[in-house]
Amino acid sequence: MINRREFLKNTVKGIAGLAVPLAAIEIINPRKLHAANSSEKSKVRWVFLVDTYKCVGCGFCVKACKNENEIPYDANVTRTWVERYVLTKEGRLFADSPKGARDGFITTKIDRGLGNFQDIKKEDIKKAFFVPKLCNQCENPPCVQVCPVGATYQTDDGVVLVDRTWCIGCGYCIMACPYGVRFFHPKYHTAEKCNFCYHRITKGMKTACVQACPFGARMIGNIKDPNDPVTKIITTERVGVLKSEYGTKPQVYYIGLDEEVR
Amino acid sequence: MKSHIWRPLYAVVGIIALALLARVFYVPKDFGIHERGYMYGWYREGNIEDWKNVKVKYQGKNYCKDCHPDKVESIDKTPHAIIQCENCHGPAIDHPSDPPKLAIDRSRQQCLRCHFPLAYPTSSRSKIRGIDPEKHNPDIECVMCHNPHKPSLKGIK
Repeated sequence: MINRREFLKNTVKGIAGLAVPLAAIEIINPRKLHAANSSEKSKVRWVFLVDTYKCVGCGFCVKACKNENEIPYDANVTRTWVERYVLTKEGRLFADSPKGARDGFITTKIDRGLGNFQDIKKEDIKKAFFVPKLCNQCENPPCVQVCPVGATYQTDDGVVLVDRTWCIGCGYCIMACPYGVRFFHPKYHTAEKCNFCYHRITKGMKTACVQACPFGARMIGNIKDPNDPVTKIITTERVGVLKSEYGTKPQVYYIGLDEEVR
Repeated sequence: MKSHIWRPLYAVVGIIALALLARVFYVPKDFGIHERGYMYGWYREGNIEDWKNVKVKYQGKNYCKDCHPDKVESIDKTPHAIIQCENCHGPAIDHPSDPPKLAIDRSRQQCLRCHFPLAYPTSSRSKIRGIDPEKHNPDIECVMCHNPHKPSLKGIK
């Protein structure tokens, strides 16, 4: 039979004993932990701005990108490419990007694949324009979420990188990207993507495509710097992003984006 | 419990222990959770340096200007001033030491990137003057008549 003193003692011990394991098994949030330990967060968040009115489809950006980032020149893969959209007055949409527009667009014929070409008469065109594409360096990158080995990741300045030594080549990230910017590098056989020329932007240079563009259709900037010309345009002018419905929060902004652009 | 249950269980535990031991040696020390948390920031930190160390190939117009100021000044007086030297001359990399000579792209296709006429009403491509490559001296290269650094034929003909 338990007496009053023993009962109270055991109750106190029991409560104390329960409290300790509860505190011990609280799940550690790495972000909270890092926020508590680091003195300041990154002051840089790279973003990209494309002015589709200025793009003439010369393809110098694609040429420069392939050379700068050592993507085999004749392989039909590229980190950035330019798409041509032609809308006819009948309401038909044609789009092509032969070789990713590495050699520009030097014909009126639209490449429809498998050796088929469609020539559209000048009078039939309602609107036609060029849209450069590249990695959106999403704020919520789905490609990073699906990597099973931690080979692709986002740096604190927002750029998504691929660790070639760590990538196992499973291709999940290539399937996960809604923008189709990822591919296998023909030489390294690992996932490959645009990284805003990380080796250049971290040295204070522009990306190879921005530098090569004669018309200023491509711009790169730091959205965390309010005086950055790119930030000023994004925050004060009408800009669009691609496939916002996916919730990926893409960070490549477009001026003059048309609803036909996918 | 009977030993025929324990024995394979020992083997399984042993394999797991070996895998964990191998992991300790195989996974680099800087592999772990970084700034963007577990979902986006789980990686080998040394890889950021690997990417930063990639060689810069396109050096830009100002790099060329140091040794070729006359060429840069002459093209700057023309509409071609907006074109980077390396778009036609190729990436400088470590020129003049490596490569000592750059391969210039003088092809018709190079000029047609902009000067093939595409009358696209909502693109500024339609504002660039173009030629029909099948009718405009199809057999010779553009640079036979037009100097890319001074493309206008005014005063030459």
